Amino acid sequence: MSEVLVLVDHVGGSVRKTTHEMLTIARRIGEPSAVFIGQLSDDAAGALRQYGAAKIYVVDPNALGPYLVAPKAEVLAQLVGSVTPAAVLVSSSAEGKEVAARVAVRTDSGIITDAVDVQPEGGTPGGAPVTTQSVFAGSYTVQATVTRGTPIIAVKPNAATPERAEGAGTVENVPVSISSSAKGARMTGVEPKKASGRPELTEAAIVVAGGRGTGGNFEPVEALADSLGAAVGASRAAVDSGWYPHSFQIGQTGKVVSPQLYVATGISGAIQHRAGMQTSKTIVAVNKDEEAPIFELADFGVVGDLHTVLPAATEEIEKRKG
Amino acid sequence: MNIVVCVKYVPDATGDRRFKPDNTVDRAAVDGLLSELDEYAVEQALQIKEKQGDDTEVTVLTVGPERAVEAIRKSLQMGADRGVHVLDDAIAGSDALATSLVLAQALAKVRSAGGWDLVLCGMGSTDGAMGVIPAMLSERLDVPGATFGSSIEVDGDTVRIRRDGDTATVTAEAVLPLVASVTDMTGEARYPSFKGIMAAKKKTVETWSLADIGVEPSQVGLSSSWTAVESTEARPPRTAGEVVSDEGGSGAKALVDFLTSKKFI
Repeated sequence: MSEVLVLVDHVGGSVRKTTHEMLTIARRIGEPSAVFIGQLSDDAAGALRQYGAAKIYVVDPNALGPYLVAPKAEVLAQLVGSVTPAAVLVSSSAEGKEVAARVAVRTDSGIITDAVDVQPEGGTPGGAPVTTQSVFAGSYTVQATVTRGTPIIAVKPNAATPERAEGAGTVENVPVSISSSAKGARMTGVEPKKASGRPELTEAAIVVAGGRGTGGNFEPVEALADSLGAAVGASRAAVDSGWYPHSFQIGQTGKVVSPQLYVATGISGAIQHRAGMQTSKTIVAVNKDEEAPIFELADFGVVGDLHTVLPAATEEIEKRKG
Repeated sequence: MNIVVCVKYVPDATGDRRFKPDNTVDRAAVDGLLSELDEYAVEQALQIKEKQGDDTEVTVLTVGPERAVEAIRKSLQMGADRGVHVLDDAIAGSDALATSLVLAQALAKVRSAGGWDLVLCGMGSTDGAMGVIPAMLSERLDVPGATFGSSIEVDGDTVRIRRDGDTATVTAEAVLPLVASVTDMTGEARYPSFKGIMAAKKKTVETWSLADIGVEPSQVGLSSSWTAVESTEARPPRTAGEVVSDEGGSGAKALVDFLTSKKFI
């Protein structure tokens, strides 16, 4: 079976769940090969083997230099040239999509982003990948295929349930030669963000989000989130008001989330917000305004002030958890 | 300096967006407008022009059907200087890779006519939302790409951006010419003033066909794209569930009862 290249999504060398999901998807289409850009630790190699990586291509990050994504794309495109894989999977993050876009141009291959599912054609293992995407604010489901070149697919978090399968994980170091044209945009500073200790927004099973109705006080939102083990999100109104960082914004211009449970508090539910959460499995809303459009899509709603409802709910949850 | 802003005319997200039987977006069923995310790019181009002085020219470039010229008009009303509209029936149904080919060829033509130093894009469109065009243009034009700037600054021939990622904030710089994209964090876009609306009427919009930019019809369009949409299906709309009023703590209890019944607790 042909190789399927999976560009490993990791933070500081630690492999993210999205990578396990992509390796699981890769096994449907061919034989998964992980492409790891970074210093490969034993833990990381172990994680990749556990989810079926037959090969691990390692790229020395120092050889890529202090540049934005172009060198990564160049290395991946070179690998596509030498391996001729059945497909390339990357994580559908801003950086992943940019790498994918560049690889697509370099290898003259079709690209699909934001895949929420990838299956082999006709359900036959080893078949060409058929992707599912959720478009127009989640109001349509679209199936697509790549018709020219190597399918380059950017996969969203939670697109598959990670399944373990032992892989040989043979390590191969990739020789790197970066052209001068990939060195045009140089990073001059990197300031890591403090981890919140909460689940990552796009990966979380539960998201509790706050909007204008918080009045700038996110404490009740965060407390409820923590009692549920949830990630915290914010509406654009809350972010524009400077109440919560932009990286937590949910909606058309922020993150698109699709958790098992979405709790919208103090959020009216404008179309721009709905675009970011409409495909959530269960939606719960708390809002003072009974006319708020968010209630039209909520499976359960409470008309009330989040500043009293949320703390009481948090207390009740803690009590029931014992 | 010369700046070209790439903009897209998109179906209004508040309208009933849908697909045609051939699985392409129905661009006639819903009114269109300049993609909101491109307004930020136009705004940043105008701010750069204001700082650089009057010899800086802002050209707005779009690829799209006849009515896409409205996206150019809006940009001209905001303050851009001139427009280029690539209009050709053969482009209909093009995917991102094909669209980037058309844009890159149009930009090559602009380059040979007076040139550009900076190509500015929004972070993505509000319809397709792939966000890949700026990176593709960087590749096709063989110039650096500085994407997803939450701020952008031009200092001589150096462009600096700040990128607010999920795990880190990155600052980066590149030397002109280059392609950059900016996010909605760069700051609100201006509304066209009455004066701007009047002035826009006198500004020129050139219309180019594929032949004008050296692209064969067989290189683009629905049948020549690199990807194919196999099927599109409307999701059943969500329906409203039970809504209770909070009275003396009853709301919180009902909420937790619901979460418990769904096994979230």
